[in-house]
Amino acid sequence: MDYNFYLSTMWSVLKALPLTLEIWFFGIAFGLVIATGLTWLRASGSKFGEYFTRAYVFVFRGSPLLVQLYLVYFGLSQFDFVRHSPILWPILRDPMYCTIVAMALNTAAYESEIFRGALRAVPVGQIEAAKAFGMSAFTRFRIVALPIALRLALPAYSTEIILMTKATALASVVTIMEMMGTAQKIQHDTFRPIEVLTCAGVIYLLLNLSIARLFAWVEYLLSPHLRPPPEQSQQIKPVPEVL
Amino acid sequence: MSANVAAAAKAAPSPDDKSAISVKDMRKCFGDHEVLKGISLEAHKGDVISILGSSGSGKSTMLRCINLLETPDSGEVRVDGELIKMKQSRDGHQAPADMRQVERIRANLAMVFQSFNLWSHMTVLENLVAAPTHVLKRPRAECLEQAEALLKRVGIWERRNYYPPHMSGGQQQRAAIARALAMNPKVMLFDEPTSALDPELVGEVLRVMRSLAEEGRTMLVVTHEMSFARDVSSKVMFLHKGEVDSLGEPKEMFARPPTQQFGQFIANFNK
Ligand SMILES: Nc1ncnc2c1ncn2[C@@H]1O[C@H](COP(=O)(O)OP(=O)(O)O)[C@@H](O)[C@H]1O
Ligand SMILES: [Mg+2]
Repeated sequence: MDYNFYLSTMWSVLKALPLTLEIWFFGIAFGLVIATGLTWLRASGSKFGEYFTRAYVFVFRGSPLLVQLYLVYFGLSQFDFVRHSPILWPILRDPMYCTIVAMALNTAAYESEIFRGALRAVPVGQIEAAKAFGMSAFTRFRIVALPIALRLALPAYSTEIILMTKATALASVVTIMEMMGTAQKIQHDTFRPIEVLTCAGVIYLLLNLSIARLFAWVEYLLSPHLRPPPEQSQQIKPVPEVL
Repeated sequence: MSANVAAAAKAAPSPDDKSAISVKDMRKCFGDHEVLKGISLEAHKGDVISILGSSGSGKSTMLRCINLLETPDSGEVRVDGELIKMKQSRDGHQAPADMRQVERIRANLAMVFQSFNLWSHMTVLENLVAAPTHVLKRPRAECLEQAEALLKRVGIWERRNYYPPHMSGGQQQRAAIARALAMNPKVMLFDEPTSALDPELVGEVLRVMRSLAEEGRTMLVVTHEMSFARDVSSKVMFLHKGEVDSLGEPKEMFARPPTQQFGQFIANFNK
């Protein structure tokens, strides 16, 4: 085995990790903002809100992210108003921004469904207790519904974040030299696909492993009430080791 | 002058200074099903009213219409003399006219639920502090101090840092009562507080409720505990099919049931 080739490939792909993380971070950050808006719209109870969010989820969950990325990158620039817009054009002519936009729009569809489900799963009795104690709608949401819903949403949300990590590899098709783009270039130059793709795969695996551990740790911190009570847990089983 | 105006305003809406809760001709339908058919009720300060009735007779609905967890279709509710303002909504039903007022009144009407409904992501202590700090805007330190005292009183101070799912039903219900007390409520509403408990845990909750009655708190208690109704409460109200079938002194009511319905009802319990 050619260890030196593995090492140098590893190193080259790792150098693209910051770019991958950048796409990943901004994609999920803007995605979260859009998802929050969609969830609010859906929960507002208006007919428009319901139809709009359902159509949104139908479109962005129903078609491949790759198609959405191509449409954002190649498709939108076909419109004159986009090319002449001082705001849209600087964003949409840049493949990096296009990837972030496509990822954010896509993940928002899934996340809004996750959040909607989580909010509906908050036990009615706990909301009623908050009402009965005179909490305003906003306080009820902040003190009771949101904390409970966040805990319920976390497992599904972490899965979505991991899917998004893998989705950053699509940026390579619109010329971005993130980890996948870099790996493909090395592969082209060396004709050694197995070694190169193995290196890239291992890095993605380790990245997702850390993200999964991070979420598991947050989940652990947030849910002491779902574990056995303190003194029993010592007798029955030790506190699960995390991280 | 302003003092006079304030005094007049304060005196004006209250027809009766002793009245804690006054309900007039309350009606409520769920679809075609008329659940409350014109209920009236007067609770004076210090009254402990036991509300009896078979399942489905509308006891919970009545209690929930008082703090507007359900919106009554018609009728008046006054709390401490203050009328809860309602408006006519477009579909012909009533709706609260002023949510602020409703929230302010709810803060005076702490409720204890059959299934406890403690906030599961908060420790017992946090459960007791949440509403006083966020609704009454009282300083947190003061609320914590009061919360600890209340937990000592209901006998679960050792469990103050536990989460509700880690406690027995009886402990959870005592925590829920302490949570209600932390609001310094004018009236406490209990909806079958012991019905979800294992029989051996009922006593500890009833003891707490009895001590509240003895210190003169105003309580409306929906219950199936006949001993509590007979020995602790100052009035018994018997609901039958959405109407007040009978109302009176507990000793009288139990010794000489005023109606055949009530006679049958207590006979079923004595079997
Ligand atoms: N939210 C609701 N929607 C429809 N029907 C209801 C609702 N709540 C209660 N009911 C009906 O109203 C009747 C009275 O219920 P409830 O007040 O809970 O009775 P109780 O507490 O005396 O057992 C029952 O027949 C019940 O099915
Ligand atoms: Mg009931």
